[in-house]
Amino acid sequence: MVINTEGLTFNFGDQKVVNSLSLQVPQGSIYGFLGPNGAGKTTTIKLLLNLLKTDEGSISVFGKDLNRNRIEILSKIGSLIEQPAIYLHLTGRENLVNRVGLLQLPASRVDEMLELVQLKQAANKKAGQYSLGMKQRLGIALALLSDPELLILDEPTNGLDPNGIIEIRELLINLTRKHGKTVFISSHLLSEIERMATHVGIINNGSMLFQGSINELEALNQALLLIEIDNTVDAANLLKRHHYEVAQVTETLVGLPYVSKQESGDINTLLINNGYTVYSIGKQQQDLETLFLSITQKA
Amino acid sequence: MKAFLLSLRSEFYKTRKTLAFWCAILLPLLICLLMTIGFLTNANNMTSWSGELLWIRYVGGVLNIMGVLLLPMFVVFTAYSVNNIEHKADTWKMLFSLPLPKFAVYAAKYVYALLLILVSLILFVVFTIGFANLLSAIKPGLRFNEYHMEFTLVQVYFKLLLSALGMLSLQFLFSLLWKDFLKPMGIGFVGTISGVIMASVGWKHAYLFPYSHPMLALTTMMPRTKSAGAGKQLVINILTDDVYVSLAVAVVVFFAGYFILLKRSIK
Repeated sequence: MVINTEGLTFNFGDQKVVNSLSLQVPQGSIYGFLGPNGAGKTTTIKLLLNLLKTDEGSISVFGKDLNRNRIEILSKIGSLIEQPAIYLHLTGRENLVNRVGLLQLPASRVDEMLELVQLKQAANKKAGQYSLGMKQRLGIALALLSDPELLILDEPTNGLDPNGIIEIRELLINLTRKHGKTVFISSHLLSEIERMATHVGIINNGSMLFQGSINELEALNQALLLIEIDNTVDAANLLKRHHYEVAQVTETLVGLPYVSKQESGDINTLLINNGYTVYSIGKQQQDLETLFLSITQKA
Repeated sequence: MKAFLLSLRSEFYKTRKTLAFWCAILLPLLICLLMTIGFLTNANNMTSWSGELLWIRYVGGVLNIMGVLLLPMFVVFTAYSVNNIEHKADTWKMLFSLPLPKFAVYAAKYVYALLLILVSLILFVVFTIGFANLLSAIKPGLRFNEYHMEFTLVQVYFKLLLSALGMLSLQFLFSLLWKDFLKPMGIGFVGTISGVIMASVGWKHAYLFPYSHPMLALTTMMPRTKSAGAGKQLVINILTDDVYVSLAVAVVVFFAGYFILLKRSIK
């Protein structure tokens, strides 16, 4: 595990912002840290970077206790928290040069990073004149500058256009698959990271609601049998009388948890024998977004 | 130590194109230049003055502005601007998530503010001497070349520097804690005005109040005997009570600020 927290708790006054959180981020993964706005994601990230003092619990990164090995651990982490921290009165290049100087990195990294995030053209423009997307890319360049083992990114695709999002996604996949890096990325949109994440943690009100691989998340995802029918309310009542569980009823559709092909056939026969006209019947997988919403709303 | 020096270099790199940095250079240049112009236009009335009196009038003119208002406000402004650069760019969180000791980052920022003030005061000495000599070269009637007080000048400005450290630490802490301009600026302004009043009415406990130290530093050196040519007008005594208090406040508040920083969550 690259990140391992146990019982991590943080209070703002008497409000528990992070509640007994146990994060497990495996080496080489892209860990999507998901939750609605205000769920405690940024606070958790600040705890991971030792910007906030933990009230209870422990954090170990690269197998070492964060409080006792702060500098050693931070030297292997690149981070981007909320809006990128860049000096607007300096140019994009100067922002990178400043960091290279602070961390004593080779000067050649500046051009490599500018190339990587495609800011070469705008390198000598003041960062204050950058668009939101360019600032975000400069922030990512700063995070990647020291070639860190672990990247911690807080909503890194904020303000990026679809092309920008795809580029970042590809870059992150490349970093993990080819270079064995680990990426911890937070987002309030599952759709944004479901195509790259290997692992997912879902948090709401400071508590972990789900943690596991993306396959495990998909396994939670129950399929529905959707029946398009003329009189949905009566049909639903009929099904209930025959001890079927009805999950949803709309004006045109009745939905039931999908069990098997055989049962779908039985239901169809039952409806037709009772004089209903079935326009269509079929199995449908819920999308992950709906699942994500149902997980975060249940809590 | 390395992290401290790297941070200090970074502070320079970040501010080298800002007003905060250039202020330290332009302020002494401007003040000395104005004083020189004043002397040039009034040169005919001063030809009877001795070299000593000329120097005292020239240096005293600059020092009066400095001690009463300019040095305290410059300290307030410098303490604010080295911190504001991080508030404005929202870079505190980044600065403290770099693999550098927090103390090195904090201390480098403080020392950088101190260096800006040091540079400014050194330039005051340099420009004062330079312009005074220039004056006697342009107008031979002004006999600056007949008297030398370079070393005295260095002592005076050294004392000013020491006297400003207490309020520097306080203002540095306020500017570190508060993002907005008005709080540290307001406290600095009110503090300075109160300090000047306390010092000028000669309140016996004024030496305990850091904002009156720059003014006290001058009044203890320049007793108010205004009769021209009445012997020495400058009494150099660097380590007075107010300077001790200033240094003590500076050290205590500097370390207290660090512990407050550790306890606070970084935004």
